[in-house]
Amino acid sequence: MSRARRARWELTLLAYLAALVMFFPILWLFLTGLKSEGDAIAIPPKLLFTPTLESVREALARSDYARHFLNSVVSALGSTALALALAIPAAYSMAFYPTKRTKDTLLWIISTKMMPPVGVIIPVYLIFRDLRWLDNVWALALMYAVMNLPVVVWTLYAYFREIPHEIMEAARVDGAGTSQELTRVLLPVSGPAVASAALLSVILAWNEAFWSLNLTSAQASPLSVYVASFKTAEGLFWAKMSAASMIAVLPVMVMGWLAQRQLVRGLTFGAVK
Amino acid sequence: MTRTSALTRPRPRSARPNTLWLLGPAMLLLIVWTQIPFILTVYHSFRRFNLLNPERQGFVGLGNFGSLLTDPIFWTSVQNTLVLVGSVLLVTVVAGLFLAVLFYQDFPGRALARTLVISPFFVMPVVSALIWKNMLMHPVYGLFARVAEGLGQRPVDWLAAYPMPSIVLMVSWQWIPFALLLILTGLQSLSKEQLEAAKIDGANAWQEFRYVIVPHLAQTLGVVVMLETIFLLTVFAEIYASTSGGPGLATTTLPYLIYLKAFGEYRIGVAAAGAVFAVVLANVVAVFVLRTIGRNLQGGRT
Repeated sequence: MSRARRARWELTLLAYLAALVMFFPILWLFLTGLKSEGDAIAIPPKLLFTPTLESVREALARSDYARHFLNSVVSALGSTALALALAIPAAYSMAFYPTKRTKDTLLWIISTKMMPPVGVIIPVYLIFRDLRWLDNVWALALMYAVMNLPVVVWTLYAYFREIPHEIMEAARVDGAGTSQELTRVLLPVSGPAVASAALLSVILAWNEAFWSLNLTSAQASPLSVYVASFKTAEGLFWAKMSAASMIAVLPVMVMGWLAQRQLVRGLTFGAVK
Repeated sequence: MTRTSALTRPRPRSARPNTLWLLGPAMLLLIVWTQIPFILTVYHSFRRFNLLNPERQGFVGLGNFGSLLTDPIFWTSVQNTLVLVGSVLLVTVVAGLFLAVLFYQDFPGRALARTLVISPFFVMPVVSALIWKNMLMHPVYGLFARVAEGLGQRPVDWLAAYPMPSIVLMVSWQWIPFALLLILTGLQSLSKEQLEAAKIDGANAWQEFRYVIVPHLAQTLGVVVMLETIFLLTVFAEIYASTSGGPGLATTTLPYLIYLKAFGEYRIGVAAAGAVFAVVLANVVAVFVLRTIGRNLQGGRT
């Protein structure tokens, strides 16, 4: 074998090894989640075992698990719907009808994402308390929408401005108003952008834990808060904990696999070309 | 075909819809839930306000900042924050560069391997804290301890003995994929010809990396550092779910300290002063990021 080919093989092997090392903690979680309670704490750790869905089933069967799962779904989807509803017209306006101030407006919108959440948590908490919005899943969804709006606006804007303006002009000649132009002309050709913005928003909201830990408790808390309650390891059932975490992670991980490129583009706001 | 930038393209006035209607709702939401609360944070930072004793309120001038800045705990938390951000930056950029060079080449199964490598980025921070704390680093049941025992070594209680390095490892694991994907994007704009030219000039792999790849990536690396800094300054869930800032104050970062002051001690004024400080710290970096973003926007269509 030539030296160059051997070097290539070594690099490939190294890449596989890196993949294994990085993925191992997740793999270990999944394996433990598919073990029985006895296999999970076996010494030495078992790599070969009979997989069982027993722990998954038990984790899912707990009524509080179902509630937290539902809260995660509601806050992720609700916030995404709101963010899209506000971001689509905003991105449309900035991409197709730019003014002198558009660049500053866009930069300002992006800058709100750079504000650390601790910078606003105290007043938001006090306002939520006074409005009796604490531990309310819809109020949590509202904060998630605020949190993700800059990313969603940016993702849509970056896509919209690549769309030829002629499409819009043709529609306008046919007498379409703004809302028709948006819903009948723009949205049908923007499926991929809306989908990736939505995917991004769902992933970020699902995984979020600062707002959920501070603004929700028993009733409205999503999975992030529920899983955080496992932090004291004492007296835990390992397989069930792993199964519960696995179900919390798996759906968004699949989404993340699908949206890897858009995710980075959305979070960098075009700073990396 | 050259197209004019969306930002500079002229439009007939008559066809212009009322952009206030389109932009207004989004901007209003952001103003109400980010700008106004921040102004209120500044307001609270000048006032005495304890949730346990809400009657006793009033203007205290710079009193909150005074008690914060003279509190050694505050400086410990600032130091911890800087150590955490700095170490994670170092680890993620070095590992990201290394992995990007690996994944830049084409090899069978690259897409799958890359997907596996970046997966940690999609794990919710609370779960990743749990995986590391309970499943890997736990002194009795953790995999590391059991492997150590298997090798005849004494197991280490990682989060107690090396709290900050453990947190750095945990957070780096999640952010290496981000650095990798950004650097990979930057690498893709490097032409194969440049690399070929270096090879013809007799550069070895290291020289190629040092004198062709790294200079090409300078801007990308700058952006990685700035963006990661902004996101890392807000790390909270990993610490909440693993060490709760301990042992002692070893992993109490600024966000965690503000959380403790506000929701542990109910000292709203002091917590608000800390929050103002955190925002100022983040803004120092954000100014540079926004300048880069603004410059790229000006460049028009990408």
